[in-house]
Amino acid sequence: MLRKDAHVATDASAPPPSLLDLGLAFTKLGITSIGGGVNGMMHTEFVTNRGWFTDRQFLSGLALAQSLPGVNVANLALWLGYQLRGSVGALVALGAVVLPPAFAILLIGNLVLRLSADPVIGALLAGLAVAATGLSLSVGYLAMRYACIDVVSAILFGCTLIGVTAFHFSALAVVAALAPIGVAYGFLRTRH
Amino acid sequence: MKDDNLLVSLFVVFAPLSLMAIGGGSSILGELQHSVVDGRHWLTNKAFLDMFAISRVAPGPGTLIVTLMGWHLAGWAGAIVATIAIFAPSSLLVVVIAHFWHSRPNAAWQGAMVYGLAPLAAGLVLSSAITLLSNARGGWVAWSVAVGIGVAARKVKLGPLTLMIIGSFAFCGLLMAAG
Repeated sequence: MLRKDAHVATDASAPPPSLLDLGLAFTKLGITSIGGGVNGMMHTEFVTNRGWFTDRQFLSGLALAQSLPGVNVANLALWLGYQLRGSVGALVALGAVVLPPAFAILLIGNLVLRLSADPVIGALLAGLAVAATGLSLSVGYLAMRYACIDVVSAILFGCTLIGVTAFHFSALAVVAALAPIGVAYGFLRTRH
Repeated sequence: MKDDNLLVSLFVVFAPLSLMAIGGGSSILGELQHSVVDGRHWLTNKAFLDMFAISRVAPGPGTLIVTLMGWHLAGWAGAIVATIAIFAPSSLLVVVIAHFWHSRPNAAWQGAMVYGLAPLAAGLVLSSAITLLSNARGGWVAWSVAVGIGVAARKVKLGPLTLMIIGSFAFCGLLMAAG
């Protein structure tokens, strides 16, 4: 299976990289990405610098990585890793973006949490949390502008936002109820 | 035995969130806060928000907040179980779909997924941000700093880390000014 999958990315300009190269490239991205924005870095690294993917391959992977459940960066790593080296490539890419930062957050976290009882550090942390939420608002706003392209998608958006925020429905229940409707309508829409 | 139960509980709480993270890790933060603070009483609201802040300035995906929570609650075993729970279910799904994608690439199918899920993702990301802000320290100060940073992110060419640091100082300054 691995050999067959290794030929998937044939229309990219470079031959498939070794598992080691793949692991190192994703490790570098995982550990240098802070506060988001890693998708743009991945594009520069894999399409522009290394030529492992074409623009089209990368962008279709990105669209799916963002719409499927899961962490975007992890999904994109899985997708790109799979294209290059099959299931093993996917696993290596996932491990490379997740494990080194996981150790980093334990190290930083345990240190900072010990200091968080200090009022100044506590206030700075609270400020960081608030500012990070501001970044989420901005991302959410962009996502909304991108997603609401007609009446049905706007209704799906509105029901999700109001259902979870105002009516305190479980987000899981909202997704379970609305996702099939949205995808089914998406299918019908493309048929016409 | 109590520890084993805690590890099972960690998995039971985090694994469904994995499949719910449409649009990425930011969309589950509201539900995560609700589960671990109000539901299970594993963390205080302050501890949750501290960990959230750390997860945003530490390298790597912000969802690694669950790794830190797992560690905090049950040491190494907790960190490992929490990390697997949040990544494994969605990752399996992605690999299965990647596999079928290669055997039968179909643009209509991809378009339908993106069309149907993108509005939910946007709704979840925004509702998570609103939930977090309602529980944040500082009341109106928190709201104004968050909105200010959100607008600045669209207008100014500064990296996310720089914006967060500016926002944090602005937050502290306004808190002191407001008494």
